[in-house]
Amino acid sequence: MTVVIWIGAVMLTAAAVLAVIRMAIGPTMLNRIIAFDVLIAIVVGALGLEAALNLHSTTVPILVALSLLGFVGSVSVARFAAHEEKDERA
Amino acid sequence: MNWTTLADVAAAICLLAGTFLSLAAGIGLVRFPDLLSRMHAATKPQVLGLLLILLGLALRVRDAGSAGTFITVAAFQLLTAPVGAHMVGRAAYRTGHVRQDLLLTDDLTPALAAEQDD
Repeated sequence: MTVVIWIGAVMLTAAAVLAVIRMAIGPTMLNRIIAFDVLIAIVVGALGLEAALNLHSTTVPILVALSLLGFVGSVSVARFAAHEEKDERA
Repeated sequence: MNWTTLADVAAAICLLAGTFLSLAAGIGLVRFPDLLSRMHAATKPQVLGLLLILLGLALRVRDAGSAGTFITVAAFQLLTAPVGAHMVGRAAYRTGHVRQDLLLTDDLTPALAAEQDD
């Protein structure tokens, strides 16, 4: 089980690095916000992986809070901040 | 081979599949050419990967009380991912981030134009 968790952790780390790459490159804010949502979901998965290794469920309420955080963040940016000026596009 | 070992093996398979799907979502996020395609990658394999990880976790921690919390997290993800994707797609269309050359059909532009003509 430890080997399985380590392989899963390496894959999640690679996925997180790719999401951060998209957050750095992504020419507009909407690209960055969906990368942020993916990163939050990867963190939730990583917490689940750690809880599966150590056989506890004490960190599970954090998963609920993080899911809501990712959702509220992406909806807020999509609703209010999606229309950016031409010179803000970095 | 008793039930606990079987549940551990099933949990290991679920965890590996879930993390692999998250990796696929990350790769799709970097490689896809357009915002809407990246939205596909950010929602579909990502949410399924998270559900599989939660299933593996529930199979490892064989506890009925925390299973309710896992179901809550899964339900939040399933409810919020489509809403978030819809809002980002809508914002993308309205701010002109959709690459028209990558689309096969576009039903929204003529429909909106016809609605404005009325």
